[in-house]
Amino acid sequence: MDVLTLLDYLIRGLSLGSVYAIIALGYTMVYGIAKMLNFAHGDVIMVGAYVCFFAMTGLSPMFEAGSMAAAVVPALAGVVLSMAVCTVLGVVIEGLAYKPLRQAPSLAVLITAIGVSYFLQNSALILWSSSPKIFSPIVGSGSQKIGPLTISHVTLVTIAACVVIMLALTAFTGRTKMGKAMRAVSEDKGAAQLMGINVNRTISMTFAIGSALAAIAGVLLCSAYPTLTPTTGSMPGIKAFTAAVFGGIGSIPGALLGGLLLGVIEIFAGAYISTQLSTAVVFGVLIVVLLVKPAGLLGKTVREKV
Amino acid sequence: MSRVVNRLANMNKTTRSSVFTYALVVGAFVILQLLRMTTGLGSVLEGQLIPICAYVTMALALNLVVGVSGELSLGHAGFMSIGAFLGCAAANGLAELIPFTPVRLGVAMVIGAALAGFFGFLIGIPVLRLNGDYLAIVTLAFGEIIKSVLTNTYLAVDKKGLHFSFLTDKNALEEGGLQLIRGPMGVMNTQRISTFTVGFVLVVITLVVIFNLVNSRTGRAIMAARDNRIAAESVGISVTKYKMIAFVTSAALAGAAGTLYGCSQTTFVATKFDFNTSILILVFVVLGGLGNMWGSVIAAAALTILPEALRQFADYRMLVYAIVLILVMLATNNPAIWGFFARLRERREEKKGGAAQ
Repeated sequence: MDVLTLLDYLIRGLSLGSVYAIIALGYTMVYGIAKMLNFAHGDVIMVGAYVCFFAMTGLSPMFEAGSMAAAVVPALAGVVLSMAVCTVLGVVIEGLAYKPLRQAPSLAVLITAIGVSYFLQNSALILWSSSPKIFSPIVGSGSQKIGPLTISHVTLVTIAACVVIMLALTAFTGRTKMGKAMRAVSEDKGAAQLMGINVNRTISMTFAIGSALAAIAGVLLCSAYPTLTPTTGSMPGIKAFTAAVFGGIGSIPGALLGGLLLGVIEIFAGAYISTQLSTAVVFGVLIVVLLVKPAGLLGKTVREKV
Repeated sequence: MSRVVNRLANMNKTTRSSVFTYALVVGAFVILQLLRMTTGLGSVLEGQLIPICAYVTMALALNLVVGVSGELSLGHAGFMSIGAFLGCAAANGLAELIPFTPVRLGVAMVIGAALAGFFGFLIGIPVLRLNGDYLAIVTLAFGEIIKSVLTNTYLAVDKKGLHFSFLTDKNALEEGGLQLIRGPMGVMNTQRISTFTVGFVLVVITLVVIFNLVNSRTGRAIMAARDNRIAAESVGISVTKYKMIAFVTSAALAGAAGTLYGCSQTTFVATKFDFNTSILILVFVVLGGLGNMWGSVIAAAALTILPEALRQFADYRMLVYAIVLILVMLATNNPAIWGFFARLRERREEKKGGAAQ
């Protein structure tokens, strides 16, 4: 086992983990505020990837091949468009399916979310067929040599995107009025309402941000693993959700930590144990962590009052 | 006749509900059998009879955990797959020893149930220490682990005995050896031995087990632990023990359902019992009503037939299924509809009260 391969695996793990972390952020924010598991989140990722795919294939022929514009404009337009579509989609889903169930038991909301997830998957199946689309990476398939390591551009962009998103989100929740409103709502909905915070709008805003992040995650995920089908989002969705729980659900740094660790563990387990069992190893680690620290790595332990 | 009506009227709510459930299941079985003997059911429904029985059993088993014990399990398909794989492997392995198929199926089901129950116990030890959403995630994780492990398991039998290998098929078989579990290729049944009657018997046994458990001292302890963990502990109920009883019973029943289902297929693979299957069964339970057994029976039967009945919509059937699911959830949780039913009941009770005076 030489150091170079080890580093290579580590970087690949961090890249996959960054995608998980971005998805996990969406889960964790929604859970923190609405106290619901949004199972449709994984399918929003898939929608985002499809939108970006069609935007890119539609726009590329308009530019001269090999030119700077051809490399940048379609990719950028694809990302922006898919973020816009997913944001609208997230808000619409929340408004139509989840808002009427604010007072309902959490299991009812869970089942509705599952219904939405099926709905998105099957709509995609009808609209775009089940045959896989080959996604071309948004930043080309080139790579960068750093010392003895060769790192693909996609990996670099993924990790950079994750860092930028984390910093922006931390600043947003910590500094802005809306961010403070979000934290207040997740702390105590009733008290927040009494302080004049529009709870419904705050929840919609959370879904909007989560879905925009899902779009970015979808584009990055498909840049690294280029086959795109209507079920592309579901497994990464589940894994990102476990990442959110792993790091402590409701906590933003926790989502980052959980996502990165999960990605690294998955790649290492695939490399050194068995590719067929990598998922099992990931879930095994999750179980151990939850048994030792039931609130997740960075989660707050809430004392039960009698 | 009037005495029967009188007794029905004087029964308490739980007994009436169990009598209704038994009547529902037996009635459905008799009607379906009569139809099969006379006009026939049509190939679609005929092919769905055993899966319906298996899913009804699964829904009842999961309802015991989610509805009665109050813990969300997202990995019940894992127990179903243990039952399906090991039960069917046993059925195939015992083919020469027990030629009479109903007995062989019965033995296979007992084996499937026992092993699933055993794994339920092993998984329950860590899982039941957690609560709420964390428990749900850990059951999800176990479901995925069971799926991965079964996908990589190779089991075979020959004159020397059982051969087992993991990840790659290293079983060197003698002449006449039989492969029972073939890794990613799943299990291939030499003979489909499940019948509708056996499925019906399994559903009835499940109902007997669950009703007797729920309406016993143990069942009341389980529900007390669900309603208020701390209060239950303070009156001396061992919460973990009673939750474990519900969990293991449920896992064993799910294992039996898995054997029934597996033995009705020519071949099946572990990925059949993935997260989506667990969710599907949870949907039956929630739509039927938590803790409501006849609700689970109806929901499981209806929702197993629904995708088949929607076959004329071809590609749109799962879409319609999704929309039905969302609309039902929105409608059943709509305060306006509940208010309407509440008013209706009030009015009827007023009338009753008026008549008595």
